[in-house]
Amino acid sequence: MTQTPDLDVREGVDRETVETVQNMGSYKYGWDTEIEMDYAPKGLNEDIVRLISQKNEEPEWMTEWRLEAFRRWQTMSEPKWAMLNYPVIDYQDQYYYARPKSMEIKPKSLDEVDPKLLATYEKLGIPLKEQMILAGVEGADAAPAEGRKVAVDAVFDSVSVGTTFKDELAKAGVIFCSISEAIREHPELVKKYLGSVVPQSDNFFATLNSAVFSDGSFVYVPPGVRCPMELSTYFRINAENTGQFERTLIIADKGSYVSYLEGCTAPQRDTNQLHAAVVEIVVLEDAEVKYSTVQNWFPGDENGKGGIYNFVTKRADCREARAKVMWTQVETGSAITWKYPSCILRGDESQGEFYSIAIANNWQQADTGTKMVHLGKNTRSRIVSKGISAGQAQNTYRGLVSMHPRATNSRNYTQCDSLLIGDKCGAHTVPYIEVKNTSSRVEHEATTSKVDDDQLFYCRSRGMDEEEAVALVVNGFCRDVLQALPMEFAMEAQSLVAISLEGSVG
Amino acid sequence: MLKINNLHVKLEEEDKQILKGLSLEVPAGQVHAIMGPNGSGKSTLSYVLSGRDGYEITEGEATLDGESLLDMEPEERAAAGLFLAFQYPVEIPGVGNMTFLRTAVNAQRKARGEEELSSAEFLKQIREKARNLDIDAEMLKRPVNVGFSGGEKKRNEILQMAMLAPRMCIMDETDSGLDVDAMRLVADGVNALRGPDRSFLVITHYQRLLNHIQPDVVHIMSNGRIVKSGGPDLALQIEDEGYGDLLAEAG
Ligand SMILES: Nc1ncnc2c1ncn2[C@@H]1O[C@H](COP(=O)(O)OP(=O)(O)O)[C@@H](O)[C@H]1O
Ligand SMILES: [Mg+2]
Repeated sequence: MTQTPDLDVREGVDRETVETVQNMGSYKYGWDTEIEMDYAPKGLNEDIVRLISQKNEEPEWMTEWRLEAFRRWQTMSEPKWAMLNYPVIDYQDQYYYARPKSMEIKPKSLDEVDPKLLATYEKLGIPLKEQMILAGVEGADAAPAEGRKVAVDAVFDSVSVGTTFKDELAKAGVIFCSISEAIREHPELVKKYLGSVVPQSDNFFATLNSAVFSDGSFVYVPPGVRCPMELSTYFRINAENTGQFERTLIIADKGSYVSYLEGCTAPQRDTNQLHAAVVEIVVLEDAEVKYSTVQNWFPGDENGKGGIYNFVTKRADCREARAKVMWTQVETGSAITWKYPSCILRGDESQGEFYSIAIANNWQQADTGTKMVHLGKNTRSRIVSKGISAGQAQNTYRGLVSMHPRATNSRNYTQCDSLLIGDKCGAHTVPYIEVKNTSSRVEHEATTSKVDDDQLFYCRSRGMDEEEAVALVVNGFCRDVLQALPMEFAMEAQSLVAISLEGSVG
Repeated sequence: MLKINNLHVKLEEEDKQILKGLSLEVPAGQVHAIMGPNGSGKSTLSYVLSGRDGYEITEGEATLDGESLLDMEPEERAAAGLFLAFQYPVEIPGVGNMTFLRTAVNAQRKARGEEELSSAEFLKQIREKARNLDIDAEMLKRPVNVGFSGGEKKRNEILQMAMLAPRMCIMDETDSGLDVDAMRLVADGVNALRGPDRSFLVITHYQRLLNHIQPDVVHIMSNGRIVKSGGPDLALQIEDEGYGDLLAEAG
């Protein structure tokens, strides 16, 4: 009888989850860093847009691009179709740029970065030293002790603090840097691809982002290159009353491969904070991109006070034949989540996948899902969504599957499961399906269930307390999606599932 | 070990009395069997002892080693050494059998202030115990009870019992739905656990399990009460004559 190493590791993972539940208070990233900041004046106008552009030392064309977006934005209004309820956002009552004073002169390397900033990331558990990450982390003692490298771009409020493993990546021809650096150093790539997946005018929040985005990450993987390590960006909102508007652009050239991870946290405050990000992914012929997110912005307290308003536009364009993209997201944070990572399946035989866990507890509201737009022939898409609602939360899956006339012989499979904990929360499924040719097929399965008392009793009769039991049952419910995540993220996600459901029973 | 005194239990939601003054004592190291017709309250007794919601105890008490069971949470009873092999084991989709057991074992150890079992030690133990019950690696990986046959579910309960090493084991109709071979495996599993510090309460419909697991005492339960207790012969008598005469005589 042989045991696969994979199973052993997962065993360790689950155990860790259970420990985490027992050992942790609630939101564990709620502290803030006391640091001197430079703010742009409050409010939003053309001068602020120019100022952001100037702070980033951008060329004229970029400033113009932003201004164009800003002018457009002024004519637009916030979308109202989502099942989200929140007070009117006063866009003039926000700061649009906040930068640690120590970042005024750009550090040339991580050694020059303010130790306070480095300490922030260390406290968050984000490795900014170029070190091997042990795939097994502490506690998972059965894990294979095989080292893995992960390159990190760390974004603190409006600026990128630094990016690790740049040199090693450069040797492979991979460009991984902040988007502001890319605009300065690789204008030809940025000009060609920025806004080519999510146009400036795409939607209210994306247009706002186009005008005021301050930083974010940029990735270019050249033809035929398999990126030698996982890339990740870690976003941290620290400053109060400051929106975060990051912009990420990933280009996977022909036949390349990259796996990209994104994580985010914010201090616990009783005011709401705005986050409106845009992620664009361009996938060329035979290339493949995996994009994984663990979104853990502060969700607000148990009375619904505070928390991040998260309005995000993420889209991948499988621009050429056999391009492949996979979105995996674990959404546990934010007071409001408005987010639909999408795939444009333009190339023939291109493939899109979307795996999602969305947890809403207390007063959180999530309206999230995906769009699979099949334009090319023989395209495939797969959607697996697991929504968990607890407390007074509302959780909506909203998904579009569209088969265009030219997208012959295409397939979609959608599985959409909702789990309810308690009887004051809600789960909603809103699928939109359009099939405009006769040879394509769309399959949609949806279930809604409650955490079953018999399951909880069974676990408890074996010695687990109620919270452990809920965490175990919910992790089981999410298993298909957890397995789609890279190992480190899977562990983090499992403990997050447990933590974010604290206090949801009993 | 286990003492039940004049236990009266009704359903919380309905005005229905199920246990009507049940008394029973299982000393350490002994195996007691409970037999009785369907609907006499055997499963209810096992659920009430292990702390399931939905019942109201209107009178009486139950203690494990002198400690009142009925005020404890289910997980506290488990940590105190009580175990119930369910008549209908519950499915938990997506949760690996092994993960489930490891979480349970360590939760109990933690509750008792003991060190966690290392993964190597856990794997060693579970492999050995699974082999004895003819449970293969595949079944250990599969989600808890999902897609298990009736016999697999019951053997899985005994595997959990062997891993958790409780002092008071309650088995609710573990033999129903088992073929002869599976029943022998289950009985061997139970016999291997027998010892001076461990007691068993074996609920069964049929005498045949008791051929393999020799009970010290057999109780006949009917309509929420123990109506007769005796030696192993009592089970044989039931097998031959049915409950009819016996219940008439008792009632
Ligand atoms: N949750 C319940 N709701 C309604 N009736 C119940 C419930 N639990 C038990 N009963 C009833 O109580 C009686 C005893 O049931 P049970 O304990 O399952 O008996 P046994 O295990 O001896 O067959 C039966 O009449 C059964 O229908
Ligand atoms: Mg029964």
